[in-house]
Amino acid sequence: MLEVRGLRSGYRRSTVLQGIDLDVAAGQVLGLLGRNGVGKTTLVHTLMGLVTPSAGTVRLEGRDLAGRRPDVVARAGVALVPQGRRVWAPLTVTEHLDLAARRGRGRGPWDAPRVLELLPRLGERRRHAAGQLSGGEQQMLAIARALLTNPRLVLMDEPSDGLAPAVVDLVGHAISGMKAEGTTLVVVEQDLHLAFAVADEIAVVDKGRVVHRSPTQEFRRDSSVAHALLGVA
Amino acid sequence: MLGWFDENLVSILNGFAIGALLFVLAVGLSIVFGMMDVLNLAHGAFFLVGSYLAVNFVAGDSWGGFLAALGVAALVGLLAGGALSGMTEPLARRPVLDQALLTLGISLVVAEVLSIVYGNDVRSVSPPPGLDTSVDVAGSAYPAYRLMLIGVGLVLALAVWLVVERTSVGALVRASVADREMVSAMGIDNRKVKVAVLGIGSMLATVAGVLAAPVYGARPGLDETILLLALVVVVIGGLGSIRGALIGALVIGQVESLGRALLPDVASFILFGTLALVLIVRPRGLFAGKVAHS
Repeated sequence: MLEVRGLRSGYRRSTVLQGIDLDVAAGQVLGLLGRNGVGKTTLVHTLMGLVTPSAGTVRLEGRDLAGRRPDVVARAGVALVPQGRRVWAPLTVTEHLDLAARRGRGRGPWDAPRVLELLPRLGERRRHAAGQLSGGEQQMLAIARALLTNPRLVLMDEPSDGLAPAVVDLVGHAISGMKAEGTTLVVVEQDLHLAFAVADEIAVVDKGRVVHRSPTQEFRRDSSVAHALLGVA
Repeated sequence: MLGWFDENLVSILNGFAIGALLFVLAVGLSIVFGMMDVLNLAHGAFFLVGSYLAVNFVAGDSWGGFLAALGVAALVGLLAGGALSGMTEPLARRPVLDQALLTLGISLVVAEVLSIVYGNDVRSVSPPPGLDTSVDVAGSAYPAYRLMLIGVGLVLALAVWLVVERTSVGALVRASVADREMVSAMGIDNRKVKVAVLGIGSMLATVAGVLAAPVYGARPGLDETILLLALVVVVIGGLGSIRGALIGALVIGQVESLGRALLPDVASFILFGTLALVLIVRPRGLFAGKVAHS
């Protein structure tokens, strides 16, 4: 479904991605791991069109999306759950859902009732401004906002960042729900427990390149790989 | 206290009239800057275009010319805003200053063209019939047109507030003010939102110019004076905030009117002193709409 070849990208004069090659099959959940500052967020932003690449191709179901504007990438079927949630603080939960649903209505399995079934806490907070929600609720809202566009590919950047363990479990449950619907996901994650729980495969990024890739079970079995690449035992 | 109020009633009402005008003018400026980081320094020039359109159309003793001026000004404002959006688009990824310089250049060209066409004299405009008299307000004679201006300002403020706070289009605008990248990542073309907001904001500026013409007339330099006041309103109210624009406009209206009446020698200092105070206490304005990422 997603084919990335030789992707180079960065900010101003610094090149962060040094030639990323990556394939993600339809319906797959790919866990993207790596130390801080190795280019994971830059990769997600470049795939979404928020950062313009200097070289390389990004193909979604054969369509070249490299360097296209974020709205074009989104309409092609890519959704972003960004690091830090980036919900629109003054808007209510309902307004978030309505704005997202306008784009996605009739394009897939996700509508507001189904999303609220998956993320019931949001239903209780419909009238609240996003800025008044807890971090976990904001994360649920960011996931709901992405899902309602009925994407074929969801990019999640550190979805467990700053959340309590119980809330991280809810995020994992939401990812499993998306996977069950056949949605393809790329999940950038520092929390190995979450990554191992949801991902079919693990890819490790280092110095702007994908330096390792293996099925999740295999990656978990060989702790030396995790130690060498991520600095964890 | 009541005696002081009676003595200064006319100045207070004038402050509300100026505040109403400033709100109509500043709300577009505030949303466009808050949403798209476009500091539109041509906003004052669009206001002046509206004032000169009133000079052109308002003649004789009828409402027709005044209403025609309002209609033409609305259309001109919409088109000018749309055109400005197109012109600033190539600079969208450049620093705010680059876009500000472009709009400043446009402002200077428009003001110079108006000066060539209409000359440098002050051109006065009569209020429409029925509003060219004075009415008794708590024992003081007050121009009927200015009362109408306060009413129109309040109606427009309510209309803008309802659209921005209670409709899906308004939700899109507020979302764009908060984080336009994420709006774009939802599949919405920001450029279209920018065209619409700049068009409507500029329309409000030209319409405000027509409404203000019977009070201020039309003259070279009015664009700069009014732009400065609108910028002060935006800074005090906070970028992208409707409520901030309204309260900022009412505060500056009173500072301009009451300040000049009570302390004429230091009125300008009060204006910019208010600005400085707000910047020190709340650097992002009283009701900033733009929020940092959580």
